[in-house]
Amino acid sequence: MAKHTAHARHARDGNRPSKPGAGDTDSTSAGSEGFAGGLVASVGEHLTGRRRFLGYLLAAPTVVAAAQLGESLLGSQTAGAAQPVPSNPQVADNYDLSDAIYDAAKPTSDLITVQVHSDGTVSHEMVRTEVGQGVQTAIAMLIAEEMDIPIEKVNVTHAPARPELVWNQLTGGSTAIGSQFTPVRVAAAIAKGRLLDAAAAKWDLAKSELTAHAGRILRPSGQALSFGELAEAAAVTENEKVSAELKPESDFKVIGKPQRRVDAMDIVTGQKEFATDMDMPDALPTMVCRPPTINGTVKSVNNADEVQNMPGVTDVATITTGVAVRARTFGQCVDAIHALDVSWNGGPVEGTSDTSIEKELKDAHPPWVIPGTPGTKAFEREYTFAFTNNAPLEPATAIADVKEGSAEIWAAAKLPITAQGEIASLLGLPVTAVTFNVIGSGGSFGRRLFNDGPLDAAEASQKMGKPVRLMWHRADEYRQGRGRPMQVSKIRAFHDGEVVHSLENRYTSVFTDFGHGFGDLMAQYYTSVNPDTPLATNPGSGLAVSQAIFELTAVWPYSMGPTKQLLMEVRQPTESPGTEHNLTTFNTTAMRQVYNPNVVAAQELFVDELANEMGRDRYEFRREFAKDDKFREVIEKVAEAGNWGRSLPDGVAQGIGVHEEYKQHAACLVEVDCRPETVNRKIPGGTTGPRVLRVVFVSTVARHLVNPLGAEAQLQGGIMDGISLAQTNSLHLKDGAFLEGSYDDFRYTRQWNVPTDVKVILLPEDSEAEVGGFGEVGVAPTCAAVACAIGAARGSYPHYLPISHNAGIPFEVKPHDPPIPQSPTNGLEHYPAPAKASEETSLNP
Amino acid sequence: MPEHSFTVNGRQVTVDIEDDVRMLWVLRDVLGVTGPKYGCGINVCKACTSHYNGRAFNPCSVPVSKIGPDDEITTIEGLPDTVGSDLHPMQEAWLEHDVAQCGYCQPGQIMAAVDLVKKLHAEGRDVTDADIDTNMRNVCRCGTYYRIRQAIKDGAERMKGTKKGG
Repeated sequence: MAKHTAHARHARDGNRPSKPGAGDTDSTSAGSEGFAGGLVASVGEHLTGRRRFLGYLLAAPTVVAAAQLGESLLGSQTAGAAQPVPSNPQVADNYDLSDAIYDAAKPTSDLITVQVHSDGTVSHEMVRTEVGQGVQTAIAMLIAEEMDIPIEKVNVTHAPARPELVWNQLTGGSTAIGSQFTPVRVAAAIAKGRLLDAAAAKWDLAKSELTAHAGRILRPSGQALSFGELAEAAAVTENEKVSAELKPESDFKVIGKPQRRVDAMDIVTGQKEFATDMDMPDALPTMVCRPPTINGTVKSVNNADEVQNMPGVTDVATITTGVAVRARTFGQCVDAIHALDVSWNGGPVEGTSDTSIEKELKDAHPPWVIPGTPGTKAFEREYTFAFTNNAPLEPATAIADVKEGSAEIWAAAKLPITAQGEIASLLGLPVTAVTFNVIGSGGSFGRRLFNDGPLDAAEASQKMGKPVRLMWHRADEYRQGRGRPMQVSKIRAFHDGEVVHSLENRYTSVFTDFGHGFGDLMAQYYTSVNPDTPLATNPGSGLAVSQAIFELTAVWPYSMGPTKQLLMEVRQPTESPGTEHNLTTFNTTAMRQVYNPNVVAAQELFVDELANEMGRDRYEFRREFAKDDKFREVIEKVAEAGNWGRSLPDGVAQGIGVHEEYKQHAACLVEVDCRPETVNRKIPGGTTGPRVLRVVFVSTVARHLVNPLGAEAQLQGGIMDGISLAQTNSLHLKDGAFLEGSYDDFRYTRQWNVPTDVKVILLPEDSEAEVGGFGEVGVAPTCAAVACAIGAARGSYPHYLPISHNAGIPFEVKPHDPPIPQSPTNGLEHYPAPAKASEETSLNP
Repeated sequence: MPEHSFTVNGRQVTVDIEDDVRMLWVLRDVLGVTGPKYGCGINVCKACTSHYNGRAFNPCSVPVSKIGPDDEITTIEGLPDTVGSDLHPMQEAWLEHDVAQCGYCQPGQIMAAVDLVKKLHAEGRDVTDADIDTNMRNVCRCGTYYRIRQAIKDGAERMKGTKKGG
């Protein structure tokens, strides 16, 4: 793997365009030392029309192509005005988070390559990270499409951290496919073009007489040469600038067709390798004994020698976040953590609780600025959202091998370049001495924007002088990990009974950490399109970053006159945001769909309550006030498909949630059963409560939807997140610590709360919107619809989500010192319920 | 150190390890059998679900000392061999419905599903949504629950032989 990486890196280094321009021939010499082989192509500059691009053939024993991108990716801009009272345009109407991320990727897209090998396979090291969202499959589809090669012959792997990519190695904001859609295809098209050239030369025929099909080049006589047979003949000895025309959409056979995941077989047979599965015998299991309060620190370790002598234990070392122990098995790490006697210093949020933070948030709401007009009446509501947690099933993990003067890391990361830089800084090494290998992860939901696992692993390996296989315990994730913090929305409208005249939305939250680099970058793009913002004069502050992201994503979908949305934050860090091991406030991150699950749930609850106040049907009200035709279309479609207003028993009701993000408009309709016999159904150790019976989710689709099967999967997953966040899924803060320690405590949706009828409807592709993303958009409309349906079913709307949060603590709180629970021993006696499942619970308001 | 012998995926093994080390770590850290995943270590998330003498169990909560020389442990890696095939019908159903997203929980989901369906078939019953509600406790944080339901029902049919190889 290391050898392959070196070759790829070499190829890229010879590939920087010096004088881009249409039709230029630009050769630069590249070294000739031992390439393993392959035709290499890279991405090129947009020439004329929509399909012709420039790129490079890179010197290598077989063909390597690279692409170069110009200004082609900026999405079309739309702004609409509608009756009754038009809203002022919001920033995100014209330039949203996707645009910022696409723009950030463009300058370096020419460093993306596709390589053809002598065995007939094609490879690509993607610069996005597979976290379950299916990007690996989608990119393989793009290459298979453009090159006319079966997808089974396309190998898509992760590139290691490549600092030369600057902002183009970033996975987030549902932009993975959008940002790669053109560059990857251009590189593939250049590679295929070169294979056609090579075959034409071999047969002494005109290139135009040849076609590519199923990984082979065919001539009219029916004779064929495989890509593998041509790979060496197609290679170039000097980098060469070439142009290529992309396949016309009308010829697409792969893009837009349902494609099962390329890693599915490995997954169902247990062969898919996550970081801790890797075969590195010397990298022994390592865990960290963490403080009892959030971000507490080690005062002293009182029995390190004793613990060091426990069975299996090889090392004990104090690191920034606690006391690391390395042992033969993770079980012996758990034993060692239980045996450790550590004195702790309290953390920066010691003594805080749900109620104290909620008060801080309410006290921080900025005053209203839009006054009422004569004849109008104020309508005001406040909604609180509890702390939550990313909780990917694979906790933070990493393998680290730190030696004198160098380090190599294997871990999942959505910002590998940031990870590499932070680790270098922590270890006191130059960035070039740190190799960061990206491994696909067992989920992310925003968790892998931060490198807590890799940083712990690197520090432990350095202190111990040995390779480590580091893993966070599940309880660590809840108690010291990251998530969306507590937040309070306060919304006020003025209406005259017929029309809404103005709308103000105050989103006040505990600081959300966007990490080193990413947040600053977004703030920079935000100020570039919104130069009048006061934030432009204060770009480094955490609030500037958060405000930028908020403005890039918040869309009020209804015409309600002058509309003002504002983010305010409390508990800002005292060090600059994203500093590695910044332990000066709560540990937060941009959790799936960032602010919007809360923004949209508050918005739709408010709209329901306002419609009721104004004596209007909740659907008709939304349809009438919809800000533009696309919102109206999804609202109408979801009502039709979901049979809005159909007769339902008392205690069962419908709810609708509406949102626009990532270039697509979406609406969700749910039916929720809140009848007592349902709410109080018993599952041992499980929180039941209302049951979502049916979900209909409608979304517009930006061109081009690469994999409908993957998009549907992402929406189905987002729907489960939405149900979780509305009903059960939260952290309870008490005495500066989170109480949850397991999935039974944390209560992410389980099968007993899953609807048995889920329908995802993707509308025909929208010719005006380009390259959207489906990784996140399912969450917010569903969360909103479920909350609204519960409100309607009960005749009383929830003002605190999830609804179960204040209905008691239905679990025995595990001790915080030692910080993690010991594994049970009676696993042969209790299946499937956990041995210590508390009595049948359904604690719901 | 005590020696422990048992069978894993049809292979007789002997490990030198302390009595109280849980089977999950014996499998993963000592034997290198990494199909069973860690998600919680306390028998809640079910990501490590494997089979003990043909019935589902969670190795995170069973000390190696409780496993005897005649006991057979089957992990996801050994599941196809239990039906003498390249893939178990439940794995085929998982592929058919393209269930997985990140994939981390899916070995445990499949092992739990096979156990549930075997139990129900032994009782002469078909799997229902209510059975899935009560018995499939496995967490899927990607939220693939809906496709899991479809795959379990399909896999159950395949396990009867009606759709074998389909």
